[in-house]
Amino acid sequence: MTYTDEIKKHLSIYAQRHGDDRLILGHRLSEWCGHGPILEEDLATTNTSLDLIGQSVMWLKYAAETDGLGKTEDDMAYLRSEREFKNVLLVEQQNEDFAYTTARQFFFDVYDLIFYSELRNSTDETLRGIAEKSVKESTYHVRHSSEWMLRLGDGTEESHQKIKNAVADLWMYTGELFFMDETDEILIKEGIAIDLNKVKTLWYENVSKIINEATLEVPSLDTFMQKGGRKGIHSENLGHILSELQYLKRAFPTAKW
Amino acid sequence: MINDTQWNLWEVFVQLKTGKPHEHVGSVHASDKEMALQNARDVYARRDKPVSIWVVPSDNIVATIPQDNEAFFDPADDKVYRHPLFYKIPKGVSVDIH
Repeated sequence: MTYTDEIKKHLSIYAQRHGDDRLILGHRLSEWCGHGPILEEDLATTNTSLDLIGQSVMWLKYAAETDGLGKTEDDMAYLRSEREFKNVLLVEQQNEDFAYTTARQFFFDVYDLIFYSELRNSTDETLRGIAEKSVKESTYHVRHSSEWMLRLGDGTEESHQKIKNAVADLWMYTGELFFMDETDEILIKEGIAIDLNKVKTLWYENVSKIINEATLEVPSLDTFMQKGGRKGIHSENLGHILSELQYLKRAFPTAKW
Repeated sequence: MINDTQWNLWEVFVQLKTGKPHEHVGSVHASDKEMALQNARDVYARRDKPVSIWVVPSDNIVATIPQDNEAFFDPADDKVYRHPLFYKIPKGVSVDIH
């Protein structure tokens, strides 16, 4: 791999963005450990959590390599502060209840599967490898969260109301999944990154299908969408997540596990 | 059962290798068959890599009760002729005698 310093810089930003999405969402899901609505779902949620954290290790390792400052994936995860995190705001939203967690996961999973499917065509060998491995995991994640959307939406009056509220409240965070700037443009030219506009169209089609089937109303894409995460501007939630996620490493810098 | 708000119980059978039997590994609660299959995957396929999973509603399993044991199983004890012990077994063939 012989990239210019300019490409490497953007590749590192790209890898941080997608690694941070998975690290933060994985952490959010891990908060359900021991609190799941039933034992089986407790395990399902933490299985997904571990899948995502595993993926974030690959992404952040590559982010550290291309960064060229001799950092490791652990430095990336544990020693960056809020403004340096580049995850979308969707993944840092609170778990609230099972319906919120399900809607958040569903929005992300559908995106994730399309994203990885496209990324398998990247000219970059490392990204292709990450996509190839992760696409199997996200195929299962989509299946699981979609089935829950259907059951909550088309379930009892209470479950319908809860998932309806969750979809309504979280919808404004979905637009950022397709945020692109010069980093994407430069990498798309090299065939490294993928065009998220294409992902967006497929995402809306797939999400709409399930939301309809779940007897809910599909919100419009032409509505106010939150953004900021990709540039390091986060909600209050991220600081709380990092204080827990990074505590051990920062309090005991030489700890080994 | 009165006051039991839990979902139905499903028995889980996992096959670890093609050609081997599906073996009972435990049970899960689930609202329906798709979720039963997913729950079985999440609970029982986390460490091994099965090739197939079956889930069966526990209600559909017909089982003996302990009181049946004498009538059902004791008579087998003293019937040595039911075991394939009186044949010469070719070399290289292994027989699994319980």
